[in-house]
Amino acid sequence: MPVLELADITKSFGAILALSNVSMTLERGEVVGLMGDNGAGKSTLVKIIAGNFPPTQGTITIDGRPITFYHPVEARRSGIEIVYQDLALCDNLTAAANVFLGRELRFGFGPFHLLDYGAMHRRASALFKELKSETRPRDLVRRMSGGQRQAVAIARTRLSDATILLLDEPTAAISVRQVTEVLNLIRRLRNQGLAIVLVSHRMPDVFSVADRIVVLRRGSKVADKKISDSSPEEVTGLITGAIERA
Amino acid sequence: MHHNGSPRRADTSGPSSPSVKTADHMSGMVETGVETRTVGPLSFLVSRQTFWVFVAALVAFVSLSLATDTFATQQNLFNVTRNFAFVGIIALGMTAVIITGGIDLSVGSVLCLTGMVLGVVMNAGFSIWAGIAAVCVTALIIGAVNGVLIAYVGLPPFVATLGMLAIARSLAMVASGNRMIYDFGPDQGTLLAIGGGNTFGIANPVIVLAALALLTGYLFRWTQWGRHVFAIGGNEQAATLAGIPVRGIKVAVYMISALTAGVSGILEVGWLGAVTTNLGQSMELAVIAAAVIGGANLSGGVGTAFGAVIGAALIEIIRNSLLLLGVDAFWQGTFVGSFILLAVTFDRFRGWLLAD
Repeated sequence: MPVLELADITKSFGAILALSNVSMTLERGEVVGLMGDNGAGKSTLVKIIAGNFPPTQGTITIDGRPITFYHPVEARRSGIEIVYQDLALCDNLTAAANVFLGRELRFGFGPFHLLDYGAMHRRASALFKELKSETRPRDLVRRMSGGQRQAVAIARTRLSDATILLLDEPTAAISVRQVTEVLNLIRRLRNQGLAIVLVSHRMPDVFSVADRIVVLRRGSKVADKKISDSSPEEVTGLITGAIERA
Repeated sequence: MHHNGSPRRADTSGPSSPSVKTADHMSGMVETGVETRTVGPLSFLVSRQTFWVFVAALVAFVSLSLATDTFATQQNLFNVTRNFAFVGIIALGMTAVIITGGIDLSVGSVLCLTGMVLGVVMNAGFSIWAGIAAVCVTALIIGAVNGVLIAYVGLPPFVATLGMLAIARSLAMVASGNRMIYDFGPDQGTLLAIGGGNTFGIANPVIVLAALALLTGYLFRWTQWGRHVFAIGGNEQAATLAGIPVRGIKVAVYMISALTAGVSGILEVGWLGAVTTNLGQSMELAVIAAAVIGGANLSGGVGTAFGAVIGAALIEIIRNSLLLLGVDAFWQGTFVGSFILLAVTFDRFRGWLLAD
């Protein structure tokens, strides 16, 4: 059974039709590359899955149960974690504070609960190590490189036992060496059984880690096939419209 | 500023310990317990600004002690510490507001309104507890209205609280018929003792300030709520996505800000022994100046409780020294205003340095 199933998802913002009848599935231990030109509806689709807004029509099923999310926190409780394209970090806080944002660890008794700095720093440190990032828990996000910020945003998704991980352009703003790290990380997470949706513009990235590819054009799905059955040339054609459908 | 021309009650304080010791002791306490170090290296810079402001206050203090024989008297030091307590208490609430990226222009008027509510209630023969309860309810309602207008209706904080600035002062005039209240009924003695008296030689408002500074520092540094206040100022969108109750917290900080104005109002009325409808006029300027000089960043995300206290102290020392040095009181606004500009400019430079 697929961990996530989207059926006939349609989303309109006023008069603009962002998505029209998009259906797709996602299995455990699978990376789906979601591709498309600017404005094709990739981010909208990912944000619907992450609970930023509900679809206008269509159903979302997780582990066989239909659900409706109105807030990202609800999606998170259902085991869906997302890394936004702009990363959604607080520059004025430390790496550890960002990792635990909204899920701070506390200790105490009765009505008194103090932030557990020690535990959060230790856990964040372990996560960064696992991600092979040199980020330190006490570092301020404002002073970090793109790759370090990315690590903080991804570390945040590793706090809970997520089953679905959504990555919106995770390699867009980082160096080549860091891209390799992020792609290795995606493979490791897939091997741990996570279902991953990778939104990306970068053809080489998608072809190196994805198992399947879904192409959107002007809000509609125009391809959904195994990566081994496709090629960068075909995908480029699908994205631009040179190839109508595959 | 707002103290000018107010009738100052003769101080009944007995031998007070030199207030510089008080300030030192307090800052030491507050620094260890309260400094908000949620932000690693930046807090180093922030605390450095706080540190330099502290040094400036100290230098002003020492040079004034040497240059005049009127400054370093027990009486004057007692007055200085008490005077900055009124501003400092509200600066704590203002700092919370500023950290979320907001501003509260209504605090001076809220101080006046709550002082008037206290006066009217006690004047009618009710106990001081009834008066204090009425002050708290009034302040919390005003703060809640500010907060809801900002967080739910979406008005800019500047606009919402500017409106409240006019409304609260007008309500104070309505409540009192624009007359002075100096008869506080059966509990008058208690009220005057709370605001004008001292404990162990330290003015009561200073003790309240120290307690509230510790409480604020604790909230900022050690609670999830405080962490979320900083997160909202850093990236409101990210805070919302992380499931932080952004609107609720915004309403709360404006309620806290108004409440600190109410607390300061009770103390100031107790000290003055009278309430008039020009109480707290343009006080918001001094309060915002204290917070900003103390390192709070008007674009949000940065600020400390200790900074608010030190900022208030520096302003009062400058103000007091101008008086003692015989500078025309008309110049005070120029000095305080220049200090705000200086602090914000300093902050800008810091931003550029960090960006590089």
